[in-house]
Amino acid sequence: MGKVPDQTGLAEGLDPTLPAPAVDDSVREAEERKWTPAKIGLWVAISLLGAVAWFMLALVRGETVNAIWFVFAAVCTYLIGYRFYSKVIERYLLKPDDHRATPAEYKADGKDYVRTDRNVLFGHHFAAIAGAGPLVGPVIAAQMGYLPGTIWIIIGVVLAGAVQDYLVMFFSMRRGGRSLGQMAREELGVIGGTAALVATLLIMIIIVAILALVVVNALGESPWGVFSVGMTIPIALFMGVYLRFIRPGKVMEVSIIGFVLLMAAIIGGGAVAGTEWGAAFFHLDKVTIAWGIIIYGFIAAILPVWLLLAPRDYLSTFMKIGVIVMLALAIIVVRPEITVPAFSEFAGRENGPVFSGALFPFLFVTIACGALSGFHALISSGTTPKLIEKERQTRFIGYGGMLMESFVAIMALVAAISIDRGIYFAMNAPLALTGGTVESAAQWVNSLGLANVNITPDVLAQTAKDVGEESIISRSGGAPTLAVGLAHIMQQFIGGPGMMAFWYHFAIMFEALFILTAVDAGTRVARFMLQDSIGNFIPKFKEASWRPGAWLCTAIMVGAWGAVLLMGVTDPLGGINTLFPLFGIANQLLAAIALAVCLAITAKRGVFKWLWIVAAPLAFAAVVTITASFHKIFSPVPAVGYFANNQAFSKALADGKTEFGTAKTVAAMEAVVRNTMIQGVLSVIFVTLSIIVIVAALIATVRAIRAGGGQDHEDPAVPSKVYAPAGLIPTPAEKKLLAEWNALPAEKRTQKAGHH
Amino acid sequence: MKAVVRGFRGVATYLGSLMGADAYRKYLEHFTSSGHAGPAMTEREFWRDRMDRQDSNPQGRCC
Repeated sequence: MGKVPDQTGLAEGLDPTLPAPAVDDSVREAEERKWTPAKIGLWVAISLLGAVAWFMLALVRGETVNAIWFVFAAVCTYLIGYRFYSKVIERYLLKPDDHRATPAEYKADGKDYVRTDRNVLFGHHFAAIAGAGPLVGPVIAAQMGYLPGTIWIIIGVVLAGAVQDYLVMFFSMRRGGRSLGQMAREELGVIGGTAALVATLLIMIIIVAILALVVVNALGESPWGVFSVGMTIPIALFMGVYLRFIRPGKVMEVSIIGFVLLMAAIIGGGAVAGTEWGAAFFHLDKVTIAWGIIIYGFIAAILPVWLLLAPRDYLSTFMKIGVIVMLALAIIVVRPEITVPAFSEFAGRENGPVFSGALFPFLFVTIACGALSGFHALISSGTTPKLIEKERQTRFIGYGGMLMESFVAIMALVAAISIDRGIYFAMNAPLALTGGTVESAAQWVNSLGLANVNITPDVLAQTAKDVGEESIISRSGGAPTLAVGLAHIMQQFIGGPGMMAFWYHFAIMFEALFILTAVDAGTRVARFMLQDSIGNFIPKFKEASWRPGAWLCTAIMVGAWGAVLLMGVTDPLGGINTLFPLFGIANQLLAAIALAVCLAITAKRGVFKWLWIVAAPLAFAAVVTITASFHKIFSPVPAVGYFANNQAFSKALADGKTEFGTAKTVAAMEAVVRNTMIQGVLSVIFVTLSIIVIVAALIATVRAIRAGGGQDHEDPAVPSKVYAPAGLIPTPAEKKLLAEWNALPAEKRTQKAGHH
Repeated sequence: MKAVVRGFRGVATYLGSLMGADAYRKYLEHFTSSGHAGPAMTEREFWRDRMDRQDSNPQGRCC
């Protein structure tokens, strides 16, 4: 047994007039370890169902596989991972103690630190971590067939992603809700901490830029999409004013009004795009839309939160919960047959048209959100830990919340692979390959020699018509493909083929909504980080209310992601194809940083025997991302290596060629030279910073192991004076204790500990 | 029928607290139980304060 963090005085500090703030350890242990026949039967049934589902997905090679097996494989694996693996982490590694008050109790202020019902907080946390990421990555990764992505999403979340979220949330909670950056500085020292901060900032820029690129690709040359997504801005402004001046605090009311307006905007978009002026006015090319998003991003980030960000966040949360429940229902009811092979022809190659690079390591960076997402570490530290009611609830909220996101990723994968493979490749390959017309795209897809794929131009044209778009060729980025898949499934569930266009634009709308919220919030967070860093040299910058400083830092951040966005939009090689791996690498490097910090903390707690729980996902994330970065930096294959591509194009220019590969003009060739250089340099910076952080964490870990532990930076333990059960369903012992608390007079029950 | 209404109410309440609609009620609860001096903020003041504090304390949203 390792050293348990300091608990002296905790038992004496408990209020004798109150019931216990925690279920007695021996009672809980006895309950957990007691296996009744019914309980055994249940887990045997879950395991068997899961095994059958995995067998159907992985080993049975029929013509088709039913989507329901994806749902069973995922849910059964999650249940087993949650019940057994996360329990091991709880019992041996984290050792939460409900006798200790959480920050929401001992720092309670009624505003930022508020004890929140566990089920509400679960939804709250889920809405904060899940966005467009899990909807996009799996779609792009479907290039390699369904099985590699499915395995990584389901196994990856159980052993890596959910572990990271759980650990970061727990450690942040023990530290009064400190952010990942602050924890890195405390645990890793100045060098490691600074490298972590700079890496985080750069990674945020890349992530925001590529999310914005997904929106641009979805809206380019789509009058309907531009109109309905554009309408979200006035709708949000209206909601903001309504909440501020007309009916303050009526959040549900305004969200419902906003939702109705949103539906009207989608339906109205179809009508507007159908008119001649509407089609002309809202038909924008990608560069124009990119500029629009950049200008919008700047304005949105300097406007007050209440006017635009907060109301859009309400809408986005509302849509998120609704869409996910609906999609799950639809997949279970419709149960589409999947014709995509388990491993596609591209699984063994590194020159796939959708994203380039070999299965290892690039599949594992292409699917980041849903399996392992470093960005979550920023959410799991900070907001959520300030709202947790009891320590034991972190397992349900942190680990369980991430399992839920993984499930979203699986459903996105199912929706995307339920469409014809020919359509999939026509939609996701760069324009330079498909040629942009239905004829050239169909010819190119058929020339790939894919099994059972024989697409006609008519099918491509008809699909575009069904979803209310002029064309679906080369709509890369994942969002449009998911929208077609979702429309395909949803119309079988509600509305029939006539509703396909509505469902398509509904899907585009919610993806754009999630992404714009992430862009806006990301810019703000990055701006504050920058202000804080500059503030170390010029103190004035630390004042958040100093307008010139805030505007300057916002402009720098928007300028940075805007430049990457424009680079992606104008890239002759197809922005998604080259940039998406960079997005995944950035996100996974952040995960490696977060896990490295957790490793150092765990070692300092003295729990060496179970260190592998953190070390294993850290090693995997580090190997995957560093290998991927090295491929991107050193690979001699131009399709994979940024510098190899740079040299190939430089040489072609030097030889006086006027077209090379997919670049048809000298200007395009120069753009490739420029872009690959920037992307290459970014990769070098990322991987260097991350290696510094990981090495710093390893040094801290080894030191702690040698010393038999280390200094912990936890807040002092405060005795708890409240009680709530740990998971979704209270156990009998929890129910009994809860009844004791409920029997207390109301004023004793709501008493806040440690307040005056 | 009654059960349906109750279920619907439950979902609405859950969604409401998920989006933070009960923030003011919780603030008041905290305020009265912790025995602060002076009057509590009104609902309008509370929401203003809440939004304005978010300006200088942004919360990330994930991808």
